[in-house]
Amino acid sequence: MNDMRIIQRTMGMNETKIHAKDVNVYYGDNHAIKNVSVDIQDKTVTAFIGPSGCGKSTFLRCLNRMNDTIPICRVTGDIFLDDEDIYDKRVDPVQLRAKVGMVFQKPNPFPKSIYDNVAYGPRIHGLAKNKAELDEIVEKSLRRGAIWDEVKDRLDAPGTGLSGGQQQRLCIARAIATAPEVLLMDEPCSALDPIATAQVEELIDELRQSYSVVIVTHSMQQAARVSQKTAFFHLGDLVEYGETGKIFTNPEDSRTESYITGRIG
Amino acid sequence: MTDVTHGMAEPVRKSSLTAPDARTLSRNRAEKRFQYYGIAAIVAGAVFLVLLLTAILSNGIPAFKRATVNIDFTLTQAQFDEAESAMLKTRIYTDFFIADLSQQLAERGIDVDFDDKTIERILGKVGGTLRAHYRENLQDLDQPTRFQLAASSRVDRYLKGTFGRDDIGEGNRFIMPGDLDFADALRDAGILTQSFDWNFITGVDTGVDNAGGAGIGASVLGSFMMMIVVLVLSLPIGVAASIYLEEFAPKNRFTDLIEVNISNLAAVPSIVFGILGLAVFIQFMGLPQSAPLVGGLVLTLMTLPTIIISTRASLKAVPPSIREAALGIGASRMQAVFHHVLPLAMPGILTGTIIGLAQALGETAPLLLIGMVGFVARYPETFMQGFEGPNSAMPAQIYNWAARSDAVFTEKAWGGIIILLIFLLSMNILAILLRRRFERRW
Repeated sequence: MNDMRIIQRTMGMNETKIHAKDVNVYYGDNHAIKNVSVDIQDKTVTAFIGPSGCGKSTFLRCLNRMNDTIPICRVTGDIFLDDEDIYDKRVDPVQLRAKVGMVFQKPNPFPKSIYDNVAYGPRIHGLAKNKAELDEIVEKSLRRGAIWDEVKDRLDAPGTGLSGGQQQRLCIARAIATAPEVLLMDEPCSALDPIATAQVEELIDELRQSYSVVIVTHSMQQAARVSQKTAFFHLGDLVEYGETGKIFTNPEDSRTESYITGRIG
Repeated sequence: MTDVTHGMAEPVRKSSLTAPDARTLSRNRAEKRFQYYGIAAIVAGAVFLVLLLTAILSNGIPAFKRATVNIDFTLTQAQFDEAESAMLKTRIYTDFFIADLSQQLAERGIDVDFDDKTIERILGKVGGTLRAHYRENLQDLDQPTRFQLAASSRVDRYLKGTFGRDDIGEGNRFIMPGDLDFADALRDAGILTQSFDWNFITGVDTGVDNAGGAGIGASVLGSFMMMIVVLVLSLPIGVAASIYLEEFAPKNRFTDLIEVNISNLAAVPSIVFGILGLAVFIQFMGLPQSAPLVGGLVLTLMTLPTIIISTRASLKAVPPSIREAALGIGASRMQAVFHHVLPLAMPGILTGTIIGLAQALGETAPLLLIGMVGFVARYPETFMQGFEGPNSAMPAQIYNWAARSDAVFTEKAWGGIIILLIFLLSMNILAILLRRRFERRW
């Protein structure tokens, strides 16, 4: 890995998009996330790394309240999106999820056409007034998802018929189509081959121009390649959070160092 | 650790790959044996199926054939007036018919003895039939009219070969050996023939004096009406209950209790539902007896658990990633269920529904209790009457026929089973077609 390049990576001073304070998550009696406080910046790729079961995916799912769907899951603490508490009683998680999109570990296109996959979000949120506008959104999203050229001639083909990497980019395009402000990615490349991974990573870097991207990854190389900020989780604790370059070259905590050098995890 | 194992030299087992050892041989034998058991089980099943189908078809097919006397008969205006002015009107008609028939037989050179009693034993009360026809159709007077008169059940069975001269005992009032000679003569003259009995499919039940005329049509309609009630009620209720339980309900003791009880309901004997229907729908709610509406309600109670269990199973089988995908882009839970989960679960739901309906279609016991086994000799007059009016259902009608003494009814019962099976088969084909239509891969 080119350490020099990482060190020299400059960090723009971006505004805080998500502000989490003293977040605790319990699965029944299991205390999965312990007092995590973190500020996630706008127009930045933030990577969550850590060994399996450390709580990084759990914390990610708190950010758009996907944990609400798990009955035994309980979340305490505050998470603010642009100064609004997303766990406020008045917040409808459905509205939140339109603002905070999510891409999952396994590509999960709907068993519908490519067009309908992307158009579904705009349709249910009423983002397009007519067919022409919807067409435009679909094309724009597929272009931003870097998959337009591959599928433009077969928008009626089923999304499930694409290759794994194409499916994942379709899912990213689908998430973009609802015009979110934050994009959460839960190990988006774990089911992809290196070439598809490279395409998705390139895409993530482009998405940084407009969104705040939070990515959970098992691959430290990937975290180093795509992110500007990195958070290291271990056993439910946020051990260290800082600029990617610093975390990978000069970590403060001994646990972080052990992890990135392969001694734990 | 590894050092230790290195230190202990394990004896190497020498064996050839071409000569299998005893363990392998015995495993292979066990596998072969198991395969033979499987084949034997399938063969046994197939044999039983063939036996069953052969029995049903061989006993039931004759029910679709019926012996009729086809004859051109001419009644003049003068004869009509004469008969209508007489005291014993149908008697005069019978005489005209006998005269006409004798003449026709003589023209063909057939010499056979018969009298009005023979005609009555073979054709029933011909005079009444003729009179009814001419009073309704005056335009048929003075010209040859084709009559298709149903032969009596014994002649019918004689032509089918299930009744012979040896079966006529001493003092049988219904048929005499001479009648069969006459029947032979009519058959040779081409007047007495066997033809496909549409009346069996479209007709209604008859009394014992006209066993051959009984049809299953009204009870097919009764079953059909019940199926409509069952489908209209159990599909929406069942699917709504399953969706709520599977996708929305909190998992707690109360929902667990409901779940267990739904599974228990599926195992409750159908007669229990029958007595429940009698008590609740008829006695308490005052719905009409013997009505397909009540039958449908009772069968709905029976079908619901089947539909709920299969719908929940097919909802569970939809991968959770589809729900997450929909929720992740801001669909509400209801949108996720109705736009994505339900379409994928549709094939399973349809299969469960059809299986439930098929069960309900063949159910007899609850119908006995709500009085759908009565003698129904009329079609309902209006569509609503079809739900409210008394009617029977196919299995109840078959049960009813099988219990009657006349052998023709037994034959009809077998024939009814064929119709019931055709009904079931077409329902299953419909299910397969719908399944194909909705099936999508993910």
